Amino acid sequence: MIKVVLIDDEPLARSIVKEYLGAHENITVVQECNDGFNGVKAIMQHQPDLIFLDIQMPKINGFEMLELLDPSPSVIFTTAFDEYAIKAFEAHAVDYLLKPFSKERFDKALQKWMQQREQNKTEQTQKNTQALVNETRSPEESSRIVVKNGSNIRIIPSQDIMYIEAYDDYVKIFTKDTYHLKKKTMSHFEEVLDKVDFLRVHRSYILNLQQITKIEASEKGSHIALLKSGVKIPLSRMGYGKLKEVLGV
Amino acid sequence: MIFTYGAWWLIWIAIQTLVLHRLGLQLSEAIIDSAVSNILITIAGYTTEITSRYYTPNTKNRWYRFVWSIALAFLATVAIRGILQLIFSDNEAYLSFLQLSMPIRFIFAFLMISFMAVISWLVHQMRDETESIARKEDAQRLLREAELSNLRQQIQPHFLFNSLNSISALAGSRPEEARKMIQQLSDFLRGTLKKDDQQMVKLSDELQHLNLYLEIEKVRFGHRLKTVLESDDETLQLKIPTLLLQPIVENAIKFGLYDTIGETLIKISCKKEGQFLIVQVENPYDASTAKPKKGMGFGLNSIQRRLYLLYHRNDLLSAQQRENIFITIVKIPQTLNIEH
Repeated sequence: MIKVVLIDDEPLARSIVKEYLGAHENITVVQECNDGFNGVKAIMQHQPDLIFLDIQMPKINGFEMLELLDPSPSVIFTTAFDEYAIKAFEAHAVDYLLKPFSKERFDKALQKWMQQREQNKTEQTQKNTQALVNETRSPEESSRIVVKNGSNIRIIPSQDIMYIEAYDDYVKIFTKDTYHLKKKTMSHFEEVLDKVDFLRVHRSYILNLQQITKIEASEKGSHIALLKSGVKIPLSRMGYGKLKEVLGV
Repeated sequence: MIFTYGAWWLIWIAIQTLVLHRLGLQLSEAIIDSAVSNILITIAGYTTEITSRYYTPNTKNRWYRFVWSIALAFLATVAIRGILQLIFSDNEAYLSFLQLSMPIRFIFAFLMISFMAVISWLVHQMRDETESIARKEDAQRLLREAELSNLRQQIQPHFLFNSLNSISALAGSRPEEARKMIQQLSDFLRGTLKKDDQQMVKLSDELQHLNLYLEIEKVRFGHRLKTVLESDDETLQLKIPTLLLQPIVENAIKFGLYDTIGETLIKISCKKEGQFLIVQVENPYDASTAKPKKGMGFGLNSIQRRLYLLYHRNDLLSAQQRENIFITIVKIPQTLNIEH
């Protein structure tokens, strides 16, 4: 039996997918979710073979939801209109359905997925999806970061981030009183975060410029930035140069 | 411009020299006489040009120009006589010729100065006309752009395609409801397309259009979306620019539905306050995760712009945040009649 989870905030949009799936006896819908939070929980609980995922949803969008899942499940996107997303889908050969879609088009997408599954290409398609998620920027992403700790999902507004530190395959995102781990690269955050407020000052550090109170010279001619919280962040020579330029000193 | 001006006066100096020489003056006398006369007339003419640049008489007191030309011609003639008398103070023959020719010199000066005045008036007239045409074209272009962006805003592709998707879902299981939704969507689209951006309508008409939109959204979002609409009979008769409320409400719905997880209550209340129709739209939002935005934010900038184009005021749209409620308030002046 193939397990499927449907994630869409519009009940009728889920019902049509369910109706189309009804014709396939070997497929069962294990859960329907109306937002990304429930989606993450359902996917962790049921480990579905395939999910149908909308992009524009409450609180966190479809891409942000996928970011929280490792490994990412097999996805068929269902969306009404996302110019930027559609380009990304095509670039990464990830299948998507444009609403409203016909039963024929739906079956074709399902057929394609099943073939890939039989040929054990699932891993490849998951990689494609991951690459897609890594590269796609929705307008919301520069202003917030979504993190998961166990089954707790938190949305961190970017102005609450004090700095980001590299940590093996992960990054530590430091806020006022705690930090969050996220499996992403430093260059991802360098790209995504607002360039007016954030600057990569070191191979391992991205700083929120609002948090800096002082820049001090340390031993061996290098420099450190002192944050409001009292934390000291090392600056690379290039980082120090960039920082001086941005601050206009 | 200056070059043409100079060339024009050189030609007149040459003509006058020729005439005076033929009348019996020596060439040197003729040249000096012509040069002095024409330079002074040039200065007088230039004065009219300068004054008309800063002061354009209207049709009623056009005779000012005439009086002004006579006065300048008189001054110029007096100055010409004075200067020439000085230069040729010991040339009796010339001085008597000068005295004899004063009337004709005055007429010549007057004709030249009036001619200058008429020319400069025509130039300014043409320039004004070109400017006003450019202004009109600018205004029309702005209007067209506003209409277009308004259209784009009224029919969000997301709204349209998701609505069609809902209809597609209903068609299988509940065909009657599908048919009803097609009806509502058609009425809504028709209402959006036929309306002129500048038109004022009764609040009751605007709310009717808004209701179509709300009904469609409720089918899409099911029980999550609840709406309350408050108004009274008197308020319903007030005027509002057409299609103004729907984008505000759409914004509130989007904001409410995508920023919170539970039920979204959209409250729209309309009341009259002094000379204003006040419409208040409330939606829930999550203060802890809502992102700060620049300006009015939350997609209301184009409404702000439209209100400015209509009323030349920037204070008609405002927003407030109260705990977890976001409130958009729009004030529509009832005194100004901008109906076309």
